[in-house]
Amino acid sequence: MGKVINIQPITRIEGHAKVAIHLDDAGNVVETKVHVQALRGFEKFCEGRPAEEMPRIVCHICGICPWAHHLASSKAVDACFGVTPPPAAVKLRRLMQNIAYIGDRILHFYFLAAPDFVIGPDADYSVRNVLGVIQAVPDIARQVVKMRQMTANMLEDFAGRAIHPTFSQAGGVSKPMTEKERSAMLPLAQELLEFSQFTMKFAKDNVFPKYLDAIKTIGVIRVGYLGTVREDGTHDFYDGKLRLMKPDGSYEDFAYDQYLDYIGEWVEPWSYQKFPYAKKWGQLKLDLDDPVGVYRTNCLARVNVVDQMATPLAQAELEEFRAAFGRPAHFTLLYHYARLIELLQCAEQALELLNDPEITSRDIRAEVTPKAGRGVGCVEAPRGSLIHDYETDADGLITKVNLIVGTTHNNAPINLSVFQAAKALIHDGKYDQGILNKVEMAIRAYDP
Amino acid sequence: MGVTVAEEWLNACSGCEISILNTGEALLDLLPHLNFVHIPVLLDHKYFGQTGEKTAFEIPEAVVGIISGGVRNEEHKHVLNEMRQKSKILIALGSCAAYGGIPAQANMFKNDEILEKVFRGSPSTNPSPNPEHSDVPKWTNTVQALDEIVKVDLTIPGCPPHPDWIADAILALLAGKTAWALPERSVCDTCPVIREKKSVGGPIKRGLTNLDFDPEAGLDKMRCINEQGFFCIGPVTLAGCAGKEGVPRCVQARTPCRGCFGPIRKGARPMVDMMGALTSVGLDPKTLVDRRAIMNRYIGAHGYLTVLPARPGK
Repeated sequence: MGKVINIQPITRIEGHAKVAIHLDDAGNVVETKVHVQALRGFEKFCEGRPAEEMPRIVCHICGICPWAHHLASSKAVDACFGVTPPPAAVKLRRLMQNIAYIGDRILHFYFLAAPDFVIGPDADYSVRNVLGVIQAVPDIARQVVKMRQMTANMLEDFAGRAIHPTFSQAGGVSKPMTEKERSAMLPLAQELLEFSQFTMKFAKDNVFPKYLDAIKTIGVIRVGYLGTVREDGTHDFYDGKLRLMKPDGSYEDFAYDQYLDYIGEWVEPWSYQKFPYAKKWGQLKLDLDDPVGVYRTNCLARVNVVDQMATPLAQAELEEFRAAFGRPAHFTLLYHYARLIELLQCAEQALELLNDPEITSRDIRAEVTPKAGRGVGCVEAPRGSLIHDYETDADGLITKVNLIVGTTHNNAPINLSVFQAAKALIHDGKYDQGILNKVEMAIRAYDP
Repeated sequence: MGVTVAEEWLNACSGCEISILNTGEALLDLLPHLNFVHIPVLLDHKYFGQTGEKTAFEIPEAVVGIISGGVRNEEHKHVLNEMRQKSKILIALGSCAAYGGIPAQANMFKNDEILEKVFRGSPSTNPSPNPEHSDVPKWTNTVQALDEIVKVDLTIPGCPPHPDWIADAILALLAGKTAWALPERSVCDTCPVIREKKSVGGPIKRGLTNLDFDPEAGLDKMRCINEQGFFCIGPVTLAGCAGKEGVPRCVQARTPCRGCFGPIRKGARPMVDMMGALTSVGLDPKTLVDRRAIMNRYIGAHGYLTVLPARPGK
């Protein structure tokens, strides 16, 4: 019998997992598994809670994307109670979402991913980390830290909390934005946009060309894509319909509350994380050469499924990206590129929203009456399409919760990418820490 | 080059770690004094050697060990014990590590009920047996705080803990101190709202309408949230969510406190005390919807939340 290489824990990701790479007697890869070891059970322990408390409970699912859960949950509760938030409330929710996502994208690119690209994938782990990055490019690092703090401060000064927010409420938001708050935020948003442009340029000059070989080889798979689009096919983080694209680029659109017709979740005995799959494509098959039912979500999926971005600078980047890599673009490491296209859009949209006169409207909360109902609330989280499906009883207490969160959608493709990377990199029993790190890079690209 | 630090996360969401990274430029000044030997979110140090070649699970020795998250499975327990053995000073970071946190709401349910729901009771899931594999750690009976299993030297509560306190505690350790704790004040002690010691009365209102306040005016012109007839657990909650200065964060958002910093002191009985606080302003605690869960939202470990016997007829 061959042996098993364990990579544990998987590092520079926001979760708990390990990789097991199974080798045969000749030292070649026969199988890999990504074991997700965490499970908390939100779907059960939210039962019985007053629905209006949900947005401030389920944000705790993820400390890095609490705003995504907070907003998907608010939308689900809005739908359970049959209430439509006023336009200004939606704009404020969108504004907070964009600012939060800017911080998230900066964090991932510079703190989690950059060590592999700025320091190098084969470097020793003692320097292949954010501290190494700080030493290598101290001026940029200082800017990064400042920008992250700025996004956190913008959220906190206005909405109280950056992590685990309470601002979005059933039927709207908890407070309006004053003119004073708006004008204080505007120059900061401008600065974030400039930094986003700098980041895109930095990556295009210094990272992507240098690692083109890695991009074309590490974790490459050919599967489908899922993401939100507006009625006209434009990218949207907050609202729209879901678009499920096949590997060949053909697609089908469906309303959020039809998700059960399109998405199933498979369970494997070796992972707490389920494996969502595209039901209509057949029974899930985790076969690298002939995968069935496998689709990806998160930024690469979104830039693949949309017809266009929502803002001009991001659109220009999408055009350049598509000219180089086609649609759909399948190289896994292009997640890093797609993430920065979205970073630009977030920054442009934050500015747009702050310049919208309606943003300071006092009409920010609709009247809410608890009642029995079902609500499917979806947003695009940084890590993918986020589905919150609630049912309430006549008192407005939660009776059922079903959640499919961003990274869960990516469970099957991450497993395939790891298998692909391990097979491509490990031969005749030869591997070192650099090679194993490259296998992890296939995971990190998804930002799980 | 600085004091050695190891960090781990257990039944956690990564919010504590993000809070550290939000420290801003103070973080860059602090970093040269810290020598991280293990921190999965930032550093690629592995448990079984860098190529998985070792047979024993190993976290390096460190002067300071920091853990976020409570204990939900056997692996968490294992990591916690290893961290305790290898750290001179063990810090529980955040309310999950300190009190179980939101995930400890699960302590109101039996494990079997939860797993049944997740793997066989979800409309999108192909009903399947619970995952069972040597690489999928078994759940512990309940969600526990760290100090229910090992000795914890220092606790920095909060969901998330404010970076001011993280920096403060670490600086105290760097200065040679071995103890540190947040000052024993309540959220109300740091809340600028107007208090008249009596509420508007009536049953306690759910969060279905916004608070009454003037958006142009400061919080010092807003009436206390409990006195407005809503439920705010500030009276029995440890202050500090906004750091050394600043108003309570949820109140800044014009929303009530839900107790994320936990009780004001160890051994407190926040539920009993809070019922007293409500009664004292003329609100009837019995009218609070979902009372047990909401009053113990962040502190479900330590036996605060348990499975209740089924009610007859249900």
